[in-house]
Amino acid sequence: MPLTNELRDDILASVPSLRAFAISLSGNGDRADDLVQETLLRAIANIDSFQPGSNLPAWLFTILRNLFRSDYRKRRREVEDAEGNYAKTLKSQPSQAAHLEFEEFRAALDKLPQDQREALILVGASGFSYEDAAAICGCAVGTIKSRVNRARSKLSALLYVDSAEDFGPDNTVRAVIGGNGG
Amino acid sequence: MKEVKKQGGLNAEIQSRIGHQLRAMYDDVVRQGVPDRFAELIRKLDGPEAAAAAVAGGDTDKNNGGD
Repeated sequence: MPLTNELRDDILASVPSLRAFAISLSGNGDRADDLVQETLLRAIANIDSFQPGSNLPAWLFTILRNLFRSDYRKRRREVEDAEGNYAKTLKSQPSQAAHLEFEEFRAALDKLPQDQREALILVGASGFSYEDAAAICGCAVGTIKSRVNRARSKLSALLYVDSAEDFGPDNTVRAVIGGNGG
Repeated sequence: MKEVKKQGGLNAEIQSRIGHQLRAMYDDVVRQGVPDRFAELIRKLDGPEAAAAAVAGGDTDKNNGGD
């Protein structure tokens, strides 16, 4: 459809959540904003292929997700100071304890396989339905559900080892914690 | 809340803490709103052609020479 002012406003309204998605995926504020910028340019360049009345945020998230994937494949993770960079993008500086907890969470999130991380963010933070998340990731709904579940158990194991032992055998937990290779 | 009971074998309290942390991280960025650079970018672009040109010409810092 043509780029109407209304459509511009709708695209703009998606920017805050696109940024949050990009930062959650990449762990890097600067890279995230580059991703958002490229997403917006590509969206507008291909606006003719957007179906009026369909889910604009899901369409934009799909573009960003695919860009991130190709970008990620190109340069892997040369930036290891992800947490530090992310912290700089926070407006409100959290207290030291909260900050530590946040960094631990961020580090655990980064240890998830990419498929699981994006599924968890889309469903657990962006608030997409399993169906929309499946469309964004180009996979089956059941696949998204199992990725989200696996992401949750891994995060539990990484962040709350002692309690995590309540629901899983010891060696599974250890394997998860030790298995952050890449 | 009933929903915490549905988490299969996972500890419901841990799951709710993880959900909370995830949303806190995400919402912190959402609350920052739209940075000026993006508002300007969208305002400036006349249409698909301008955006396509910016996609092609905007990332001169990257080596697009070939795979």
